[in-house]
Amino acid sequence: MAKRNNTLKLKFDNARKLAPAPESRSSATIDARYNLFIDGKFTPPASKKYFATTNPATDEKLSEVADANAADVDKAVKAARNAYNKYWKKMPGKERGKYIYRIARMVQERARELAVVETLDGGKPIRESRDFDVPTAANHFFYYAGWADKLPYAFPDRKPTPLGVAAQIIPWNFPLLMASWKIAPALATGNTVVLKPAETTPLTALLLAKIIQEADLPPGVVNIITGAGATGAAMVNHPDVNKIAFTGSTDVGKIIQRAIAGTGKKATLELGGKAANIIFDDAPIDQAVEGVVNGIFFNQGHVCCAGSRLYVQESVMKEVMRKLKDRLETLIVGDPMDKNTDIGAINSKQQYDQINKYIKIGLNEGAEMFQSSCSLPKKGLFIPPTVFTNVAQSSRITQEEIFGPVLTVQTFRTDDEVIEKANNSPYGLSSGVWTDKGSKIFNLTTKLRSGVVWANTFNKFDPTSPFGGYKESGYGREGGLHGLAPYVSLEKFEE
Amino acid sequence: MENVLVKKDKQLSSGNGVEKPLQKRLEVLKTYKLYIGGKFPRTESGRYYLAENKKGEKLANMCLGSRKDFREAVVAARNAFGDWGSRSAFNRGQILYRIAEMLEGRKAQFIDEIIKQDNTLEEAKLEVDVAIDRLIYYAGWCDKFQQIYSAVNPVASSHFNFSSPEPTGVVSLIAPQNSSLIGMVSVIAPIIAGGNTCIVLPSFSKPLCAVTFAEVLNSSDLPGGVVNIITGKVKELLPYFSDHMDVNAIAYCEKNEEDKKLIQDKASLNMKRTQFYNTKNWLSDQGQSPYFIMDFQEIKTTWHPIENIGGTKGGY
Repeated sequence: MAKRNNTLKLKFDNARKLAPAPESRSSATIDARYNLFIDGKFTPPASKKYFATTNPATDEKLSEVADANAADVDKAVKAARNAYNKYWKKMPGKERGKYIYRIARMVQERARELAVVETLDGGKPIRESRDFDVPTAANHFFYYAGWADKLPYAFPDRKPTPLGVAAQIIPWNFPLLMASWKIAPALATGNTVVLKPAETTPLTALLLAKIIQEADLPPGVVNIITGAGATGAAMVNHPDVNKIAFTGSTDVGKIIQRAIAGTGKKATLELGGKAANIIFDDAPIDQAVEGVVNGIFFNQGHVCCAGSRLYVQESVMKEVMRKLKDRLETLIVGDPMDKNTDIGAINSKQQYDQINKYIKIGLNEGAEMFQSSCSLPKKGLFIPPTVFTNVAQSSRITQEEIFGPVLTVQTFRTDDEVIEKANNSPYGLSSGVWTDKGSKIFNLTTKLRSGVVWANTFNKFDPTSPFGGYKESGYGREGGLHGLAPYVSLEKFEE
Repeated sequence: MENVLVKKDKQLSSGNGVEKPLQKRLEVLKTYKLYIGGKFPRTESGRYYLAENKKGEKLANMCLGSRKDFREAVVAARNAFGDWGSRSAFNRGQILYRIAEMLEGRKAQFIDEIIKQDNTLEEAKLEVDVAIDRLIYYAGWCDKFQQIYSAVNPVASSHFNFSSPEPTGVVSLIAPQNSSLIGMVSVIAPIIAGGNTCIVLPSFSKPLCAVTFAEVLNSSDLPGGVVNIITGKVKELLPYFSDHMDVNAIAYCEKNEEDKKLIQDKASLNMKRTQFYNTKNWLSDQGQSPYFIMDFQEIKTTWHPIENIGGTKGGY
């Protein structure tokens, strides 16, 4: 075997000093205030309360949105029920599908505006919202639109029927994309929707509400309401809701499962993760390092399937660490609106504190920390890419989800050892494996207990590809053919 | 073909030195025990209950299983899962078929037990026949449901991407309480056909067939621990079946709404998957379907890049 060159250091110092390249804000107009989108109209909340949404990169207030209370939730659910009975249930699948196609097209048409607002409201790099979030959201509507009149093909020997009203609660890490993951399959299968975006990132969902209004969807088929935890709880507990779809933390997922116990409501829960990313000594190391960076620093690490636990085979540990550290030094942390930015702003003060809490825990546990020496903007919420070595399998930072740009690195010797370590987690959302050997890939992809396995790649998503977890990462799938099942009833016989 | 047994019997009773017994022979009674990890222990609690039929006839002293029995069964089921879950689908099919063969061979014993537990001869015959056929049905599905419910996903990027079902893991199962055999078999079969292992709480009032079925399983090449059977009270054991942190899913086949609430409440501790089958007539065809297998499967999606080589636009 050729001896690896372990001495060459990547030199990016001066070559990578880039001039600012800010995206223009002019393509987006943000209203001073947004009301609740219920029954096809924007309606002031019964609560009469509003709360501010800010740009986490600058602390600037962007707008204020309505705080829906239980009465507002009730109104939205009634609108959804009425729309279900009056229009949506009776509408032929092909007509439903055309409405969803319309939404997909309009999202594409307004892609620039949506990307800018997504980045302003959430802090993610404009490159990501422009190239990933918004196009993937549009594609998701496109994919499920086509299913609306083809459902029987997905369920051999069964007649799928819709569940009714779906209450959908989405997180702040991929606001528009998560809205599309929830709304598209629900509509395609004939359900109506009440959706609540996260309280720190409500704006793109409200822009989507405008698109849905323009698409002339029958009033009440999609209702979008804003609020925080109390609003979500009112949705979950509403007696006339048939289906809960939630993406968020495992803690809240468990509360939801408890809240709907014995009610007969169905649930899809897409929860936390602590993905293992495994590099074998025969892996293409440069590609693997790129994959590790994409795995944990994509979207500031605010990704439930982030590759936050790196396992490196002992013999290549030195080389991987050197290349990883060199690569981290080249990452640009800063203004999310700058097209060159790799890592944007942490989404909220609460999350910023949470990540810093875990960094402290790591240091107190005796782990060694490496942070990129990059400069951070003076204002706003930013954390440099962080890597911990000398961590134990039992360390809190290797066991608990941090949801930020923090990576732990451990070594292993044998396949058996790394499979055991990787599976030693209550989570099971995703994992990654890097090796040039095909049979080893399939050994690992078969034995890793997680819903998604990326081999020689990481953090790839597609509307046709099912996503969802094993174990405490939740249940149900979103995306692909398998993403239809959570929204239909398949009872063949009635007694 | 000559009936060897009968012939032998005749010889015994006709002048070969063995005297005809004066009294009716004293029957050897069977001890009904638990089935954990491929062994037949008594309950560690030392408790028992008397199984009786409606006529008030005493049928047997049954083990009154405890929380500790259940926990030991979970350990056995978890240990068995790695092996059973990764066996070839073909092999699982062979073993399910073998279970059916063993059941067929012991038909008379099951019919006898079902009659003792308040059913008519005809009902008993039907129940055993359907149970055997159900095992054959699921033996056939073992290496087919994956093909029906898998997908190769046409992703837009240059990746090979496919999704296929994998077993959920350890399943705890409250079997239908109104039948001795068919309800239990109808739920165990899809769970193990899909590569899961399970701990079963069979019918409390009609428990005989469960233990006899364990003997069938034990002689069918089914690895120990794949199916564990604990006789006992639903009310007492339900909380433990629901809240154990090393159980991945729970199936419940009764109608009690309070029980269902309790199960889902406790299942939330570790995001157990819950399945309720309370309206099924297990004797009919609605009691079998590949969707029962899928109720205890997880979908795994695998991605791998595809290299794009330039200059091959014209095809090979």
